[in-house]
Amino acid sequence: MKRALILTLCTAFGATAVAAGDVKPADVVYEDGVVNASLTGQAGDATNGRKVFANRKQGNCLACHANSDMPEEGFHGEVGPMMDGVGERWTEAELRGIVSNSKMVFEGTIMPAFYIDSGYERPLDKFAGQSILSAQQVEDIIAYLMTLKDS
Amino acid sequence: MTKKLWATFALISLGTSAAAQDSNSLSIDGEAMVTEIAAPSHMENVDTIYSGWRFRSVETQALEMDDFDNPAFVFVEQAEDLWDKVDGAAGKACSSCHEDVADFAGLRTQLPRVDDGELVTMENLINECRTERMEAEPWKWSKGNMTAMTALIGVQSRGMPMNVAIDGDAAPFWEKGKELYYTRVGQLDMACSNCHEDNYGMMIRADHLSQGQVNGFPTYRLKNAKLNSIHGRFKGCMKNIRATPFKEGGDEFKALELYLASRGQGLSVETPSVRN
Repeated sequence: MKRALILTLCTAFGATAVAAGDVKPADVVYEDGVVNASLTGQAGDATNGRKVFANRKQGNCLACHANSDMPEEGFHGEVGPMMDGVGERWTEAELRGIVSNSKMVFEGTIMPAFYIDSGYERPLDKFAGQSILSAQQVEDIIAYLMTLKDS
Repeated sequence: MTKKLWATFALISLGTSAAAQDSNSLSIDGEAMVTEIAAPSHMENVDTIYSGWRFRSVETQALEMDDFDNPAFVFVEQAEDLWDKVDGAAGKACSSCHEDVADFAGLRTQLPRVDDGELVTMENLINECRTERMEAEPWKWSKGNMTAMTALIGVQSRGMPMNVAIDGDAAPFWEKGKELYYTRVGQLDMACSNCHEDNYGMMIRADHLSQGQVNGFPTYRLKNAKLNSIHGRFKGCMKNIRATPFKEGGDEFKALELYLASRGQGLSVETPSVRN
């Protein structure tokens, strides 16, 4: 009972609560790992996506991926591939699939799925039933990644 | 894009070689420590095991090379006082029964172990003495008096090779620990192995991923300026991946401790080590 109430509150006030009109995490359609439809129906904001990419409490992508576009940030990770030129290597729909749930493409990857709200075990209560990022944050990150071109 | 091409990209990223551990060698007050040795045969995916010391900065490494510089010895000295301090209804101190703490040389290398069908760690042994013989209150698993005492008893084995039993009575506990090591948990959905087996040597933001060895515990961390228990460290890892930690002193963490100790067979006990 108490846990159910906490869950309700988390869902109501959590940063990643699903906004009306967003595709819910469970309803995202993957075709060979690719997600063609926008999660929000709106264009992503690349400027905000850049912030979400670096923010340790949001995407924290920099923990694993080095990114030459962020020389102002120290300590780029090296667990995953570099982000330089990622906007040329992948299409927007492919990136949407990788960010939302990379396990649909890369079996056994260490990379967390950023847009699922179930299927993981023993989450801390405050994260239970939630995705790491909101639909808008995923779209913002994709918009940012699409700006990362070689040359 | 075809699935085949995706897979190629995956392989390329997997193939990136680790920046890996450094080649420094550790001696503490002149005594050489084994920080690198062939992995025990039960480890299928790793050839060589390394102490966490090999993944730390030169400055952090230096703190462990001289007991005068090692901040953990403040706590070891506190434990020396606790050793002689009478506590509990029986009117006893540790030293009432145990003449010399040096008699515990070797104990750290063998823990956890199975006693009467139960897996026990050093914390369990200390609290058993406190409650059964001293008739005193048990100490909390990761509090200062406990970590100080595990450091004092542990340092008696410093330089000796880790050597836990994993067969016989210990086998089912070891199997359980192994299963936990490879089980993904938390909102980030990661297992111990994802970082400490698949990616040791890599930087994860500012942190250099080690193999997660436990041969130096309790360990003094610069991050919190105190001694940290093994189970306390497990708890921190689980919270980082947004998982509900298991209980300190519970069956899961004891089993995981045994499994991790067995992944460090042959490494020198470095207790009390210094890490970031």
